[in-house]
Amino acid sequence: MTVEGTAQRKSTRSGSKRTTAKKASPAKAKAADQAERDQLVQLLTPEGKRVEHPDYAIDLSPDELRGLYRDMVLTRKFDAEATTLQRQGELGLWASLLGQEAAQIGSGRALRDDDYVFPTYREHGVAWCRGVDPTNLLGMFRGVNHGGWDPNSNNFHLYTIVIGAQTLHATGYAMGVQKDGADSAVIAYFGDGASSQGDVAESFTFSAVYNAPVVFFCQNNQWAISEPTEKQTRVPLYQRARGFGFPGVRVDGNDVLACLAVTKAALERARTGQGPMLVEAFTYRMGAHTTSDDPTKYRADEETLAWEAKDPILRLRTYLEAEGLVDDAYLAGIEEESDALGKRVREAVRAMPDPDTMAIFENVYADGHALVDEERAQFAAYQASFADADAAAEEN
Amino acid sequence: MAVHEKITIAKAINASLRASMEADPKVLVMGEDVGKLGGVFRVTDGLQKDFGEDRVIDTPLAESGIVGTAIGMALRGYRPVVEIQFDGFVFPAYDQIVTQLAKMHARALGKVKVPVVIRIPYAGGIGAVEHHSESPEALFAHVAGLKCVTPSNASDAYWMLQQAIAGDDPVIYFEPKRRYHDKSRLDTEAIPDPLHKARVTQAGSDLTLAAYGPMVKVCTDVAKVAAEEGKSVEVVDLRSLSPVDFDTVQASVEKTGRLVLVHEAPVFLGMGAEIAARITERCFYHLEAPVLRVGGFHSPYPPSRLEDEYLPGLDRVLDAVDRALAY
Repeated sequence: MTVEGTAQRKSTRSGSKRTTAKKASPAKAKAADQAERDQLVQLLTPEGKRVEHPDYAIDLSPDELRGLYRDMVLTRKFDAEATTLQRQGELGLWASLLGQEAAQIGSGRALRDDDYVFPTYREHGVAWCRGVDPTNLLGMFRGVNHGGWDPNSNNFHLYTIVIGAQTLHATGYAMGVQKDGADSAVIAYFGDGASSQGDVAESFTFSAVYNAPVVFFCQNNQWAISEPTEKQTRVPLYQRARGFGFPGVRVDGNDVLACLAVTKAALERARTGQGPMLVEAFTYRMGAHTTSDDPTKYRADEETLAWEAKDPILRLRTYLEAEGLVDDAYLAGIEEESDALGKRVREAVRAMPDPDTMAIFENVYADGHALVDEERAQFAAYQASFADADAAAEEN
Repeated sequence: MAVHEKITIAKAINASLRASMEADPKVLVMGEDVGKLGGVFRVTDGLQKDFGEDRVIDTPLAESGIVGTAIGMALRGYRPVVEIQFDGFVFPAYDQIVTQLAKMHARALGKVKVPVVIRIPYAGGIGAVEHHSESPEALFAHVAGLKCVTPSNASDAYWMLQQAIAGDDPVIYFEPKRRYHDKSRLDTEAIPDPLHKARVTQAGSDLTLAAYGPMVKVCTDVAKVAAEEGKSVEVVDLRSLSPVDFDTVQASVEKTGRLVLVHEAPVFLGMGAEIAARITERCFYHLEAPVLRVGGFHSPYPPSRLEDEYLPGLDRVLDAVDRALAY
């Protein structure tokens, strides 16, 4: 597929005269393609040139701009470190966000502290923005827990592995915010693959019907493991919103400024009672789906290379350098910080203890359960029986 | 009014929801048609009028959406009581219930609670079309993280629902729909039994019948007929299906030496299978006969003209009683 092919791909239904007629008009198709490209909100081009958009403006201080750069570099470093740790056998699995830093940092930095995030399992950059310690994200990938951080300490819910399920939780949470009369907003992350899930459609319905303050942030990274976006949809994903009765917008997902501006606007709509909005961040998963995947089996190098030219970090750096907002000393400082983060993550993971065996029985229920109690006692006695045997063996 | 001499299960559930909503402003009722209509069985009749659309929520017709948004509201601090219109319609929500609701507390290492109660009118006997008469309780009781309860009378319906709502765990509350209009006594100032305790509703010495929900009445009738034939049958109303109060069943079986389990759900891998296994283990030397089960067949729930044959009735239970006593 071509890199922007998802949106422009026309119906392949054969035998239809109307389709044939449409195909016979390349000029019209070209105009449609152009219109589609115009829909992509962009504030920073892949070449690092600042451009304006009629609907979405942004005005950031040099510190804020540098902050976004730092966030993206450190997130990428953390991600790379996690991939390495998986290769070394320290993690069982890792879902890399490589290439999606702008989508995550831009949207993550648009949030207020009192807003609430419902992530998938790849939102390492958003977690970073929320102040979740990156090492906390690694427990589930190491196999020592299924998440385990306190969602309410950073208003960042646990990672959700069942695709799309969290969009309903986000919607319900937003309905609760609305009942409380609060002006917080909720953001639900999901991907192009999840857009096919019934739960996502139901969350669109519920949020629209109740006018819930939720932003649906879809990172269209073009691939759901091995399936390209055209296996999920025949219309650009952002257009799905229209049928549910709320606006959708496609943003350049590799442009951190555009992601920030659009998400901010969407959150503002939500908190002022204007209901949900869908943001489709058009981006690319540069790496594999997870460390268990082999993308060379299903996609071409040229495609990945074309997206490499749109790298989110490089374009911001080009801009910052051109504007004289960073110098070598600053960049070297970030490098140093990045190395320190990598080291800290490595050490933290290697030092992460296995949970106590009896943790199997913990927190199954909030108020307890007789069967769990019985099985806990039986298993403890079973284990203790070996301790007795060991002691006896030692005595003999 | 503290004592209702004769109140239907449906009205008792309504009164229970009302009491819960009055006691705790975080309690919400949500589901399809629960508002203006008061539910297809009128169980939530009048609640929206009194508590408003904000607390008694007519939802879109999407069960996964109902349970999924209820989870989100619980995470925000609410206590949603969800109605699934009929047993056979719960399955679109099964994913949310099993993969999300049941596991959320454990995944968060106890740091969040999801006190969602899911009310499901279940089981047959009302002459309905397909998907309206099923008994899927074992599919939920099997899942760690969920609690499952089912009342058989108005008093339990009233108290058990409030206890479920007040607890911090997700509870599936199965309502025996063919008993909705059966009347019994309710004292709203009584001290209720603990939610997960079984109850001996009829004392006997020759055999224990253990049942729950709609089959408790059948078993009570069986005990009467058996008594006329000189057989003393004890009836245990299990009330809670997860956890099961094995101690109460065990104590009964140690006394009677015989156990017959009765439910509408298919026998194969049903609640009776688990209880038979556990009681055999606990009461091996007390048993005078193998533990027997009476229940549905390994077939889809039949068209309603056949349901009287399909459902365990007086005669089929008596037959099992006779077989157990023949050892």
